[in-house]
Amino acid sequence: MNAALSIDGLEVVFDRFRALKGVSLEVKSGESFGLVGESGSGKSTLLRAIAGLAPAVSGTIAVNGKRLGTRRDKAFYREVQMVFQDPYGSLHPRQTVDRLLQEPLAIHGFADSEKRIQRALDEVGLGTGFRFRYSHQLSGGQRQRVAIARALILEPSILLLDEPTSALDASVQAEVLNLLEEIRRRRKLTFLMVSHDLAIITHMCERLMVMQDGEAVENLTAAQLVGHRVTKDYTRNLLRASDGFVRTA
Amino acid sequence: MSVEAIQSRRDWLLSERPASRMQARLGRAYVAWRRFSANRLAFLGLLIIIALLVVAALADVLAPYSPTFGDLKGSRLLAPSAAHWFGTDDLGRDILSRVIFGSRWTLYVVILVAIIAAPIGLLVGTVAGYAGGWIDAILMRITDIFLAFPKLILALAFVAALGPGIENAVLAIAITSWPPYARIARAETLTVRNSDYIKAVQLMGASPFRIVLRHIMPLCISSLIIRVTLDMAGIILTAAGLGFLGLGAQPPLPEWGAMIASGRRFVLDQWWVAGAPGFAILIVSLGFNLLGDGLRDALDPRSGDQ
Repeated sequence: MNAALSIDGLEVVFDRFRALKGVSLEVKSGESFGLVGESGSGKSTLLRAIAGLAPAVSGTIAVNGKRLGTRRDKAFYREVQMVFQDPYGSLHPRQTVDRLLQEPLAIHGFADSEKRIQRALDEVGLGTGFRFRYSHQLSGGQRQRVAIARALILEPSILLLDEPTSALDASVQAEVLNLLEEIRRRRKLTFLMVSHDLAIITHMCERLMVMQDGEAVENLTAAQLVGHRVTKDYTRNLLRASDGFVRTA
Repeated sequence: MSVEAIQSRRDWLLSERPASRMQARLGRAYVAWRRFSANRLAFLGLLIIIALLVVAALADVLAPYSPTFGDLKGSRLLAPSAAHWFGTDDLGRDILSRVIFGSRWTLYVVILVAIIAAPIGLLVGTVAGYAGGWIDAILMRITDIFLAFPKLILALAFVAALGPGIENAVLAIAITSWPPYARIARAETLTVRNSDYIKAVQLMGASPFRIVLRHIMPLCISSLIIRVTLDMAGIILTAAGLGFLGLGAQPPLPEWGAMIASGRRFVLDQWWVAGAPGFAILIVSLGFNLLGDGLRDALDPRSGDQ
């Protein structure tokens, strides 16, 4: 299989702070790839740099074999979309769900927007009853579904997921993860997913990369992580931390 | 309409699952209206403004006499009476009629200033705030230059250069009143430009122009409306001030500021000549201020679950 996304030596600097220090990564088409690490390890920055929201100073990013410049064109946005971490902040407060979903279609000049909005809402399990609601009339899980519908409405092949469930409570988390998994299988999407929750990553992803301080620590498969067959101390600590607090007495 | 019909209409407006774009929009307007009308004083302000609009529209019908022709022989400087409710001025003109016709000029000034200054301020502020960098620096320094001028003095200089007249007074006021709107719009833009929902629109490939126009401006508009409404009183006072100084409306136009200026000469003996238009300015300014305060409570995105 060919690479949907390949990143080589990517470096991101914010005001002299090196958030990413030469990260390389290859995600195969149709694969679900996880990024794990503690807060500030640069995993969200990596996603944002791919999306063009963080300034890359050096390194290359290629999507489906096509190298990206500093400016992203419209064709890029039809290939790559992103779901943000906080569903309370990622929906415009003054727009109805209908307006939110209409916008990408209007920007890219789709004619059959009526049908597409209908379908997008059905796909994420929201009926048409939600179509004319404002975001403040929705729960966190519903909002995240709308955000997913918005990301999918342009029919991208790659979806960047920035901790899509960390702002939701446990039962809703499972629903949204199952929804994402189901959509990925149906549409044969490529996922690049950030999470600090190792359980979610092992559940959702086949391969993953552990990050620390803006650098890649190691690449693993989900099976290796589950079997604790890791080589680096940092990953071992991360695993121990994710097991939770163990009472020793 | 029966009680049930009203109730069902309200349910339709407040529905949690609107079935159409229109219903969602109306429902939202209805919520804002309910919050607004719960505020008695704001409602009073709205009534004053509506009364002003009605008086201005029906001036020809409501005014008992001509605003520009008076009876110089028999009715100069008459005290308020049944025939002349607000008395007459030094040229024998009925002051009530002049105040009624003056409402048109007041509205003319206020509306013109609002539709010139508010869009300029909104555009400059949102573009500066969203673009950042040198565009921001240039636009905001221009704004600072305009802010540094004393409002009335700049208006005076402007009118002196272009000649007196109500149109030039309007232009002068508009030119001096947009900078605060630009500041507000910029501040508002800065708070939302890095939010995820704007990033999400960027990720859809929207042009900066589209983002500013369709996603940022709607968020700035409510605070701008509030500020413009609150400024209306100041605009009326500045227009009246220019009229008073003889640089705004020229005689025989029944503009309130100019009327006060001409009544100044006999303010001790015939107080009603300056008093009536002064009172009209007071009431209308109060109306706009009350309305602005009410709108702030009803529209402010920081209050409640907008």
